[in-house]
Amino acid sequence: MPNITFPVEATHIMMFARAIGDDNPVYRDTQAANETEAKGVIAPPTFVQAVAQFDPQQVRPRPGEMWFGSGKSPTGSTDKPASGGSLHAEQEYTYHRALRPGDVLTVEMENGKVWEKQSKRRGTSKLIFRERITTYRDASGELVITARNVGVTILPLVDAVLGEG
Amino acid sequence: MALKASQLTIGHTHRERVCENLSRTQIVQYAGAAGDYHPLHTDEVYATQVGGYTGVFAPGMLTMGLTGKMLTNWAGDTRLTKFGVRFTDKVWPGDTLESEATVSAIRHENGEYLVDLTVSTVNQDGEIVVSGRATVRVDP
Repeated sequence: MPNITFPVEATHIMMFARAIGDDNPVYRDTQAANETEAKGVIAPPTFVQAVAQFDPQQVRPRPGEMWFGSGKSPTGSTDKPASGGSLHAEQEYTYHRALRPGDVLTVEMENGKVWEKQSKRRGTSKLIFRERITTYRDASGELVITARNVGVTILPLVDAVLGEG
Repeated sequence: MALKASQLTIGHTHRERVCENLSRTQIVQYAGAAGDYHPLHTDEVYATQVGGYTGVFAPGMLTMGLTGKMLTNWAGDTRLTKFGVRFTDKVWPGDTLESEATVSAIRHENGEYLVDLTVSTVNQDGEIVVSGRATVRVDP
């Protein structure tokens, strides 16, 4: 996977903090933030998930391309919906220093372990877990955040429609 | 207003309501800010008619973000050193969520005081939607 460049911007942090209903001024008000221990605006703990905005492979509508969400019909996709897409099972962050507007992160993703479990849910056979380690480094190469993500794919017994899960 | 190791004991618990009557609009707001545009989270027609769900549901990372707000409100800004969760159940529009952290260990390492926490968020029916752990740096 090629590295991603993720410029961290104040407005983006403000919008992200609003979205999690966090009114802490340290995420939006430079003057107030300067008087806190953070000594300036910082990003909330899960902000780096917004790297999705800079990931060329991220699912999002693109001009001139089919979008699989609803429009005239419930889906724009003519393909049969993939039975059992990947769901987010686990997420873990290790923080090396506070993330601030102005940081330009180099983001490197590496696939980690893969393991399986038998599924207990009716109509499904097994669960496949896939780990991914993402490192976020600043312009001087120092680690800012390390993230570990686990996705789970639920395999259907035959071709059952994936239920709640 | 950082926490103080001398004032914490194992089993000490902090709880905060992090979301009340979650709106579909907040899910849209999160999807837009985070860049998670999967229609299962924001497109009721797709979620019900194609996905087979009863409706849209929140991205797990929104719930983790809400849970993190409890941690930073309690432990202070820049104090979190580790935060990890498992997503154990879905969060739906209308849900009211409470996040809780419980002190599981207090450590003194390399001149720093670190507090390990078990973390969970429950919905209005008492179902755990995320569970995990965090570590925060505290004052002596």
